[in-house]
Amino acid sequence: MLRALKSFWAFWYDFVVGDDWHVAAIVVVALAVTALLVHAAGVNAWWLLPLAAFAALAWSLHRATAGKS
Amino acid sequence: MTAALPLVLTVFVACAVEAIEALTIVLAAGLTRQWRSTFQGMAAALLVLAAIVGVLGPTITLLPLTALRLAVGALLAIFGLQWLRKAILRAAGYKALHDEASAYLREVAAAKAAPVSARRGVSDWYAFTLSFKGVLLEGLEVVFIVITFGDNQRNLGAAVVGAAIAVVVVTVTGIVVRAPLAKVPENAMKFTVGIMLTSFGTFWGAEGAGVRWPGSDATLLVIVPVVAAVSLSYAAWLRRAHRLSEVASGSQPQTAWSETEGVTG
Repeated sequence: MLRALKSFWAFWYDFVVGDDWHVAAIVVVALAVTALLVHAAGVNAWWLLPLAAFAALAWSLHRATAGKS
Repeated sequence: MTAALPLVLTVFVACAVEAIEALTIVLAAGLTRQWRSTFQGMAAALLVLAAIVGVLGPTITLLPLTALRLAVGALLAIFGLQWLRKAILRAAGYKALHDEASAYLREVAAAKAAPVSARRGVSDWYAFTLSFKGVLLEGLEVVFIVITFGDNQRNLGAAVVGAAIAVVVVTVTGIVVRAPLAKVPENAMKFTVGIMLTSFGTFWGAEGAGVRWPGSDATLLVIVPVVAAVSLSYAAWLRRAHRLSEVASGSQPQTAWSETEGVTG
């Protein structure tokens, strides 16, 4: 039963989060900060998520290739 | 219908990639083991997928659009960035290009080595599970793409049409050639899908968080090329770094970009 639950979790983790959980974390944090800026500070922060996505991709690529060149 | 064309095309390309991967597994199981058990596995996976769609589809349409866009936007952006990451690493030579021919050979070798055993009314359990898992896993991605794109655009029909065309085209081609679709520029397709998923995910996710995009829906026409340009520049930069390091270390530089597949196909 525990094994089945573990493999169920592993499947969905791999399906949604993938190879680098940092990317998922950055996207979620960026969305939360965007919502805060919009609703609490009244800032229309449309630029935040694209910038965070590009930064997350660059950082993840850097981590994946560092030391492999 | 013209307005739905970008949606149909995006879903078509994304689902074609998944269908090609599923086809490779089904062919390996069917040609080396037994077609009957392979088809049983495929049918069982399609039933499970239909049940998932039956439960998820109506549930998702009940969600308010803002909450749906926030959740789906986040998932699509994460999903898209994963695809882009892999496609860029492959294009730059850091990761082997996904080769359907070699994936097929690996599956065939494993299928030939596995013993034949009958279970639960299935005469070849290995062929059944191989086919079931392959179709279910790739099918889940198709379902995810169809439901998220279709529901966000409030045009599930167009998304289903895109997915259905992709599955039919890949299946018919697979039946005709009876071999894995190795000539398909899979990395270029994955790169394109990664760009579309990231762009739509960013757009919907930010909207769900309360953002008003300058230019409204037309902003997507800016986001898609910007995401493409940034991703291509990352790939070019990594490829150059990889080549320079290989030249410096005296090994033969890989030519993933121009001579094999690369992102340009």
